[in-house]
Amino acid sequence: MTNEEILSKLKDRFPQVEFQVQAEETKDFTIVVPAASIADVATHLRDHLGFDYLSDVTSVDHPDRFEVVYHLYSMKRGGGVLALKVRLADKEHPEVDSVTPIWPGANFQEREVYDLMGISFKNHPDLRRIMMWDGFPGHPLRKDFENRLYTFKELEPTRPKPPNW
Amino acid sequence: MLKTETITVNVGPQHPSTHGVFRMIITLDGETLVDLKPMFGYLHRGLEKISEGRTYLQAVPLTDRLDYLCSMNNNHAYAIAVEKLADIQVPPRAEYIRVIVAELNRLINHMLGIGFMFNELGAWYTPVVYAFRERERIMDLFEMLCGSRMMYNYVRPGGVSADLPDEFLPMLKKMLPHLQNYVAETRLYLSQNEIFRARAVGIGFLPADIAVANSITGPVLRASGVKYDVRKAEPYSIYDQFDFEVPTQMAGDIYARYLQRLDEMDESLKILRQAVERIPDGEVATKVPARLRPPKGEAYARIEAPKGELGFYLVSDGSTNPYRWRCRPTSLINLSALREMCLGHKVADAVVILGSVDLTLAEVDR
Amino acid sequence: MQILDDLWIKIAMWLRGLFDSFLPPWAAQLVMDVLGILLLIVVGIVAVLAFTYVERKIIARVGDRYGPNRAGPFGVFQALADAIKMLTKEDVTPTNADRWMFLAAPIVIIIPAVLLYAVLPFGRGMIGVDLSIGVVFIVAMGAIPILSMLMAGWASNNKYALMGGFRAVNQLLSYEVPMVIALLTVVLLAGTMSTVGIVEAQSSVPFILVSPVAFLVYFLAGLAELGRTPFDLLEADSEIVAGYFIEYSGMKFALFFLAEFINLFLVAGMITTLFLGGWQWPILPSWLWFFIKTFAVIFFIMWIRSTFPRLRVDQLLGFAWKALVPLSLVNLFLVALISKLVETVWLRTLIMLGSNIILLAAALLIMGRLFQKREAKARAAGEAAVKRYYAS
Repeated sequence: MTNEEILSKLKDRFPQVEFQVQAEETKDFTIVVPAASIADVATHLRDHLGFDYLSDVTSVDHPDRFEVVYHLYSMKRGGGVLALKVRLADKEHPEVDSVTPIWPGANFQEREVYDLMGISFKNHPDLRRIMMWDGFPGHPLRKDFENRLYTFKELEPTRPKPPNW
Repeated sequence: MLKTETITVNVGPQHPSTHGVFRMIITLDGETLVDLKPMFGYLHRGLEKISEGRTYLQAVPLTDRLDYLCSMNNNHAYAIAVEKLADIQVPPRAEYIRVIVAELNRLINHMLGIGFMFNELGAWYTPVVYAFRERERIMDLFEMLCGSRMMYNYVRPGGVSADLPDEFLPMLKKMLPHLQNYVAETRLYLSQNEIFRARAVGIGFLPADIAVANSITGPVLRASGVKYDVRKAEPYSIYDQFDFEVPTQMAGDIYARYLQRLDEMDESLKILRQAVERIPDGEVATKVPARLRPPKGEAYARIEAPKGELGFYLVSDGSTNPYRWRCRPTSLINLSALREMCLGHKVADAVVILGSVDLTLAEVDR
Repeated sequence: MQILDDLWIKIAMWLRGLFDSFLPPWAAQLVMDVLGILLLIVVGIVAVLAFTYVERKIIARVGDRYGPNRAGPFGVFQALADAIKMLTKEDVTPTNADRWMFLAAPIVIIIPAVLLYAVLPFGRGMIGVDLSIGVVFIVAMGAIPILSMLMAGWASNNKYALMGGFRAVNQLLSYEVPMVIALLTVVLLAGTMSTVGIVEAQSSVPFILVSPVAFLVYFLAGLAELGRTPFDLLEADSEIVAGYFIEYSGMKFALFFLAEFINLFLVAGMITTLFLGGWQWPILPSWLWFFIKTFAVIFFIMWIRSTFPRLRVDQLLGFAWKALVPLSLVNLFLVALISKLVETVWLRTLIMLGSNIILLAAALLIMGRLFQKREAKARAAGEAAVKRYYAS
């Protein structure tokens, strides 16, 4: 099934959703999906088009938007990557549906995106920070997070107190 | 009826056998596991943020430190991603050298994986030392090649950093029968041990559909019966010119993962023999400027690392530094199914299951 | 050779004569007894210190390593270095620990172990005290360390230690049963419960050749009582990080450590006494034979330690109750039956040996069948999952 066939099947199934193909500046076939319909599109991709393997959920911080990128493969058919992108224009409280109910392997990766970039996921079973501790101020991978030396005095009050085992 | 309580135990970050600083909070009912929560982040160094301040070439040593047991494969994945982004061609001799070092690293990794799994089972370091003996031979080769025993920094975008010394290929050819002998010996001595089979058969069962849904890759997936190997599904480098198979096991438990790693070592030796015969002459790198400026764009490239699928997603904005440098961590995603695998088993099994998944915490935390 | 054999006895009698000359009889006896006790304790502990070094060397050599080789030529002073290290370490008591129980646990574990030296026959005529119920004394004293492990686990105020204490009690109590039954078999064959009597009853043929099943059961139960691999989840390094003595340091830890090795020497000595013929063999002096046989058994135990992985706790208990107890009971029954039925001694021995071999073969066949069933089940589950995945 070539990439164009996949796109046409998606367009047939979701006629009201406007898909864009990002043709320039990318070496993989990328479909940009609006944030509201990502859950339905993902379910259709997994159930009917055979994309059962979600390889990667990641995010990019552009000056005017956040992007959440999904890389999908089909284990049964083999073949190349299908990249889905969701563009979030709201940089204050970015939010998108979680695909963890569809592909459980996205659990830890979406937690990492939440932790390091600050994008929250609706319907995620356990959305909390994964790499940094719970009270850490800020989201490290954002472009406006200063890459400087943080002293013990400014970070220690944010650390959680250990439970008494 | 008796009122029983569950106790919560913290298998803490400092522990003799959790492959690094990994923490599990397990809830026990007697000796049976009722709940398991993995917590990591103790080794988070922020490699992704650091790379945004470095050039593409300066980020190559950072990839070494991802999964330090198989550094060549990490370098290889990053090199392929940069070459896809910047459209760089690699000369054939460099491709063959890359395949040779990648397969040697796969051998090292599987040896250590099996050895340390036996360490958790309680066989006091004896299998580990025998595995390390073979690893020392291979590390001598690597030291001859790039001067370092662990963080190689050898495979770079455009090729490899230096040509093979004259003694490399003859020494490798002499070493291949020893390595084959080691794999055969391990299979002979360890596979039939009754205590090992009593501890490993039926423990940590991972069904194939749950494995695929949880995005698990690598030997863990193939031991559950799904025949998927990136080297065959989407061949990169020159793997389509080699003749090897993808072994699978049916049982999906710890014993199957052990057998799977042994089979994969045999396949690696097959590839090594073919590569050593057919390696051509030529130059070993395309000239790539030290401050490489790839055109604006993004690319995702993946390889079959020894632990699973390792991918790099690079976004470039035309400058010398990557705009977004993302590593798809094999070990983090292989951890997703840990809870399903461990529930219902005993405490002792949880540690062995963790050993059989074969993590490296440096890759989980990056 | 007779001179060498009676060497220690002659020295003891000479000393006795010496004391008799200037002390009243009761005082001489007292001094002799105190000297005997001191000798037993010193020999025991020095031998045990040597074993710590020997064990590390053996495990290392099996694992293709050198072992300790820095402290003196071939590392022979390693045991001394270990002892000095443990004596000079800081003695830490955890904050909320139960102080008196924390202090008492190592004491309770080492006293019964040293007491048991009194009934081991080291040679012809060399034994601490020849109790007529020697075997019962051994079983009773061997059960007291169980209490101390639970005390140590509870008093440490640590969940790992508590888990270790539970596991220890479980394991040790379960393996008392097959051990006692195997002992009963030997007592039945020898007709007496005193250790000297058992050794003398093996003057024609050692009991290992009469009832190898009893030897096997006692050996495995003894390994489990000691807490050595493959039954060493009491100190499972990789799961609960040293089990019930996780919070001990310094001299208290040294006492636990010593107690394990004293028990090792005792179990090996018991196996020698009960099954290998004690000090019976020609040419060499008797006490030398005893030590040679004991060392052979200890070497075998250490060899097993360095090559096998460990069993899980439920597999361990299952092995005790489902495999060892029925095996030893059936063996006891067979031995009793044959003892009563057949009168001529050599025929009786041969029949017992034959029946034991048949019993062992049957047991191994049954266990092999069980293993294969479990493997087939695991493989079937995996195949069902794969079929389910590819069909979807």
